[in-house]
Amino acid sequence: MTKQIPVAEELFTWPSDSPQLIGTHYPDSGVTTFPQSASCPKTAAQNGERVLLPRVGKLWSWTIQGFLPKSPPYAGKETPKTFKPYGVGYVQLADEVIVESRLTTAEASELKIGMDMELVIIPFSTDDDGNELVTYAFAPVKK
Amino acid sequence: MAEDVAIIGIGMHPFGRHDNTGMEQGAYAARAALKDAGCDWSDVNYAFGGSSAAGNADTMVSALGLTGLPFINVANGCATGGSALISAYNAINAGAADVCMAIGFDKHPKGAFDPDPADFGLGKWYGDTGLMLTTQFFGMKIQRYMDQYGISASTLAKVAVKNFHNGSLNENAWRRKPMTEDEVLNALMLSNPLTQYMFCSPGEGGVALILARGDIAKKFQKKPVYLRSAVLRSRPFGSFEVFNSWLSPDRGNSPSVGAAAAAFKMAGMSPSEMDIAQVQDTESGAEIMHMAECGFCEDGEQEDLIQSGATNLDGRLPINTDGGCLANGEPVGASGLRQVYESALQLRGDAGAHQVPKPIKTAFTHVYGAPGISACTVLSR
Repeated sequence: MTKQIPVAEELFTWPSDSPQLIGTHYPDSGVTTFPQSASCPKTAAQNGERVLLPRVGKLWSWTIQGFLPKSPPYAGKETPKTFKPYGVGYVQLADEVIVESRLTTAEASELKIGMDMELVIIPFSTDDDGNELVTYAFAPVKK
Repeated sequence: MAEDVAIIGIGMHPFGRHDNTGMEQGAYAARAALKDAGCDWSDVNYAFGGSSAAGNADTMVSALGLTGLPFINVANGCATGGSALISAYNAINAGAADVCMAIGFDKHPKGAFDPDPADFGLGKWYGDTGLMLTTQFFGMKIQRYMDQYGISASTLAKVAVKNFHNGSLNENAWRRKPMTEDEVLNALMLSNPLTQYMFCSPGEGGVALILARGDIAKKFQKKPVYLRSAVLRSRPFGSFEVFNSWLSPDRGNSPSVGAAAAAFKMAGMSPSEMDIAQVQDTESGAEIMHMAECGFCEDGEQEDLIQSGATNLDGRLPINTDGGCLANGEPVGASGLRQVYESALQLRGDAGAHQVPKPIKTAFTHVYGAPGISACTVLSR
């Protein structure tokens, strides 16, 4: 049976019915990084705490990847013929952090800065055993 | 003293695609700069140079002559050329050399850069999932800027049209075919809102500059150009850069803001005193945003400035007079030095078909690149 394998450990909680991204919060500066980090980029403090980030946020900016990225580093299995553009954006999660993410839509008309977005987990490739590789993405919140 | 460093020789290997190696293009530029300066390689007593993908600059001594001079290789990403220049400037100011060479050259494979996430402190997942593309950053930075400050797609296109026009007049440029606004807007959308012709491409080329103590400059060059300041900055907290998996909601400035302000302060001049400017146009949105980041206008004023032609060759503030990165491509090691070469050419009145029509005395250059570095210079006759 095919399994769903996360692209990296400790990037998001998985398996989960309501997955969350995992970051590091630095209590002295208030800075939250994503993914987790060893020291605060503002103060160099090393007393960060593992935190689960909000599942919903607002679209901060976006683009649409219009051409097949070079492999490596890209691990998608598409060819120039099968490639479909994908959305990429930054989503602001409360006042904590703005995270970069793939988006579930690649339609410019469906994307507007400030719109509500929520976290989902999506397949983006397969491994040699046919298992699905999954990553996080943000989807427009359905009204 | 800042006024004590002069550019006495400039040399360039044409940008574009060529059969010779990047190193050979560098050596060609070096010989051209020496000839322009009217000096011999043995007169040069310090050299700084680099490339990102075409080898160690110091091996060039076997082509130029084994004089035993100190030659320091510089590797600083998109600011490699700018960093070589700043090193040469500092060496002269420190009294370590009277005549210095700053050189940059490169030769990149076709297509977008394909960097390794590990080189930028990122996990492998970042590249695996299709986020390791500089083009996405540029798309997202200008997307938000357009939304916040009312910049139109037409203005994005006009920047490209202007730079291709300037490039068409510059015999050293790579892209020499003018394009219309419609051609730019209707081209393949690479990273919304940026189309194919709004992006520069990695390319090839070489630039060398010979610098000298100001008080001996005229022994070599009857039209020296003076480097009033040369400044490099890395990113402050809260800046928005390529390959950021997260940003702080507490937004800060780009490194360009700090580098430009420091360059103007060191030169004792203001942006309004600049007659021409070369600013990093990795894509047309970057030129627009860098105009404000470098202090030439307020955010949003670019819309009217560009639509009215203020940044054209015959405008109030001509920008990227040689066609910029859009028309010249981006050989990373050489790109920042190309801007200084062009500034010197314009200040000397030697730019030929792309010479700005108004008389000019001052010039500004700005280079910007990953992972958040900026180098700026102020020059004058």
